[in-house]
Amino acid sequence: MQVSLTVNGSAVTADVEPRTLLVHFLRENLSLTGTHVGCETSYCGACTVVVNGRSTKSCTMLAVQADGAEVTTIEGLASNGDLHPIQEGFWERHGLQCGYCTPGMIMSAVGLLDENPNPTEDEIRHGLEGNLCRCTGYHNIVKAVEYAAAKMRGEQPAPAEWEASS
Amino acid sequence: MSTTTSVLGGVVRRREDPALIQGTGLYTDDLKLNGMLHAAFVRSPYAHARITSIDSSEAEAMEGVHALYTIDDVSHLGPLVAQVAVGKARPLLADGTVNHAGEAVAMVIATDRYTAQDAADSVFVEYDVLEPVVDLKTAATDDVLVHDDLESNTLISWVGGPFGDEEAIAQTRQTIQDAKDRDDTVTVSIEMKNQKLIPSAIEPRSVVADWNGGYQRFEVHSSTQIPHALAGAIAKTFGIASNSVRAVAPEVGGGFGAKLNVYNDEILVCFASQQLGRPVKFTEQRREAAVSTIQGRGWVGTATVTGTKDGEILGYELEALCDMGAYSQNFTVAIPFLGLFVASGQYKFPCYVKLDCLTTHTMTTDAYRGAGRPEAAYYLERIIDAFAREVGVDPAEVRMKNFIPAENFPSAVSPIGFAMDTGDYHTNLQALLDEVGYEDLKAERDAARAEGRLVGLGLSSYVEVCGFGPSGLVDLGFSWSAYGLPAAFNGSGLVRVNPDATATVIIGTGPSGQGHQTTWAQIVGDQLGIPVDRIRVHHGDTNDSPMGIGTFGSRSAAVDGAATHNAAVEVRAKAAKIAAHLLEASEEDIRFENGAAHVAGSPDKSVDWAEIATAAYQPHRLAEGMTGGLEAHAVFSPANATWPFGSHLALVEVDRDSGDVTILRYVAMDDCGNVINPMIVDGQVHGGIAQGVGQAMFEDAIYDQNGNLQTAAMMDYPLPTAGDLPTFELHRTVTPSDINPLGVKGIGEAGTIGSAQTVVNAVVDALAPLGVKHVDMPLRPKTVWQAMQDAQG
Repeated sequence: MQVSLTVNGSAVTADVEPRTLLVHFLRENLSLTGTHVGCETSYCGACTVVVNGRSTKSCTMLAVQADGAEVTTIEGLASNGDLHPIQEGFWERHGLQCGYCTPGMIMSAVGLLDENPNPTEDEIRHGLEGNLCRCTGYHNIVKAVEYAAAKMRGEQPAPAEWEASS
Repeated sequence: MSTTTSVLGGVVRRREDPALIQGTGLYTDDLKLNGMLHAAFVRSPYAHARITSIDSSEAEAMEGVHALYTIDDVSHLGPLVAQVAVGKARPLLADGTVNHAGEAVAMVIATDRYTAQDAADSVFVEYDVLEPVVDLKTAATDDVLVHDDLESNTLISWVGGPFGDEEAIAQTRQTIQDAKDRDDTVTVSIEMKNQKLIPSAIEPRSVVADWNGGYQRFEVHSSTQIPHALAGAIAKTFGIASNSVRAVAPEVGGGFGAKLNVYNDEILVCFASQQLGRPVKFTEQRREAAVSTIQGRGWVGTATVTGTKDGEILGYELEALCDMGAYSQNFTVAIPFLGLFVASGQYKFPCYVKLDCLTTHTMTTDAYRGAGRPEAAYYLERIIDAFAREVGVDPAEVRMKNFIPAENFPSAVSPIGFAMDTGDYHTNLQALLDEVGYEDLKAERDAARAEGRLVGLGLSSYVEVCGFGPSGLVDLGFSWSAYGLPAAFNGSGLVRVNPDATATVIIGTGPSGQGHQTTWAQIVGDQLGIPVDRIRVHHGDTNDSPMGIGTFGSRSAAVDGAATHNAAVEVRAKAAKIAAHLLEASEEDIRFENGAAHVAGSPDKSVDWAEIATAAYQPHRLAEGMTGGLEAHAVFSPANATWPFGSHLALVEVDRDSGDVTILRYVAMDDCGNVINPMIVDGQVHGGIAQGVGQAMFEDAIYDQNGNLQTAAMMDYPLPTAGDLPTFELHRTVTPSDINPLGVKGIGEAGTIGSAQTVVNAVVDALAPLGVKHVDMPLRPKTVWQAMQDAQG
């Protein structure tokens, strides 16, 4: 079947098997390997991308369901070489270790902050429940999203814990 | 140690992150090679069965299927090599019988992963189902043998202490019995389960093998913690030289011990690539990861403490059955041995520990974060808590009373018989109590209780043994001898300064998120004064790295870090000689500062690193007799393992109606010796605690009576989410190790070793007013609610 969609701002048309998952289409047809597969069952969220403005798990969406959609993946988040504030937050606040869940976690945070630009810690924690991380215990992921939220509101992020304690 | 900068001990943002946050980091499954084929496996639905026939005709006729292999095709390669070969070795594919659900029976190779899986699903295997042995206590009876050709289901028993001295062990048992026989002592005993876990790295394992017949060489990318061992295993299996295999661990998406194994699929895709002359990839699906990647823990045991009514402990006993699963892989039976290593924790009282390693018809167990040490800490710290409650002495006081005193260090010998490098347990626990305001916190808990809330406080202390390891442990199997690489578990580091004043560092580790590219740049930058952003660190590629052991057992900084430090010291010494020659000064007067060497007292008389390195690669400019180049490789063999320690505290609340547990506060006071990058060290502790809390509250690999894993899907195996965990409060005491030049100990596993029992102790404390004395993990709401009902009759 033929699908046409926009990925990271570029128009893409391809012939795919109807059963092709969106994540496999992105990774294997378009070589956008920043989106990862962790569980194939919508549980871990490593495959999260933004489809038509909403965070979406691309392992349980068929490529053909994305026909006509606008898709943003982790590769399309930085603009003109500048990191998105959420990417910056993950780097500044040590929000990643192995990095495997990170693209999905960041794309989920994009959706979270889009809906709620000024979330409490609790709202961040519950907002990211659909994304699993096995390395960080989420502690610094929460800090990273708080950093990004402040930046995106035009505010100065709170100092890092290691800055505050020194 | 003379340092030239303050980068050691400071926060440096990770060098690894820019690629990982922009989606350009390369993980194994991202690799696409020309002509690459995909593997899928036919797996057994039974835990124990005889294979009566395999009909693959339909699968082999499918378009896009290139090959299908069974044991008949690969038996000449022998079974999967294992470092600790106690128990039954795993055949590369099921050999006549299957011995756990999920065991690989056949491998299909096809043009793409969808076709490969379709073909695997079209293979019809007929089985004659046999009785499985699933339960540990049943296994221990030997009524049914898991493997006909083994005499017993008990593969080995680890006994101490002290370990290895039967006469002294008998004496220990007598001492404990005498204490029990006294009228003025109290004995508390509880049978507890330390359930089996699925490590669940978010990246499933993946491997791409590429045999090049022209070069007669394998190039293998794999999601592994131990690339050198993998290269050795492939070389040995195929009868080729170890340097005819290049094994690369690119970005590895979490390991936690599960990738500290050579797997049959890694060997099998090599075989297929060699047969077909094309690259072959295999990437686990999540459900098959649960049954084909190693599991962890899986102990059932009884812990007993005897002591006086004022809290002095006179003896500790632990007898446990430990589940090894069906086949022994890399370290399998050595994992409970690591538990024995630390079974006496921070304490001085006599300990008798017996750990029986049993085979069952379940997936193999091996190293999962902490590996034996969380299990040991769990039994010890749970029963100490129960004892404290029984005699009515504060649990912190009981611990303080029984710790090994600081003056016994360095090299205090534990009751299990091992010398521990450094420690100061009283100071560490006291720092935790002071930090939280322990008495006030208890008052807070009591006030909450008075309002009818179920609030509890839990404490745990722990020691870890890590940083393997000493050359002397080679005879105990601490090497990759089974893989043809009998190198001791020493550290390895190569430091090279380039003519443009950058440095290249190549190390033998295999990290999966630990930030070695950053930490090692700090170690080298500290000695050379070259900025960390001009230092690049390579690891995980057997083509360019010196002999390496990999990353596991919280070993990397303490051994490979120390080796790299020593290599940097050597490079600096040579640079000082070169600078002295160029400046016509005495070597002793050379000082390194701000990226340059100058003569003491004459800051104007200086040469920078670019000039020094350029001269090094133009040997005619060097002093007579000096060889060219500016690099050094060092191997570090520590005199002992390292022994980090710490104490953790949790404050929890249990919902009376639902049994739901909320962690209100989690406070850790760890001591891992000197700290190189506090941000990275804290990150390791966060993740470690999360995994311990995961075991305490959520995770459980449940097999039914037929040996089917009921929790293979993530939906049935709840991992902690962001909403389940609190913000962690981390603190440190610093007791440097005396066995390596950096004074570091290791921090990868400490959080996990300290945390599960901290949470369970807190929950039991919350439920104590209802009469609850113990609840087995995981403390899911239903379990906790049931315990409350049972206690209240």
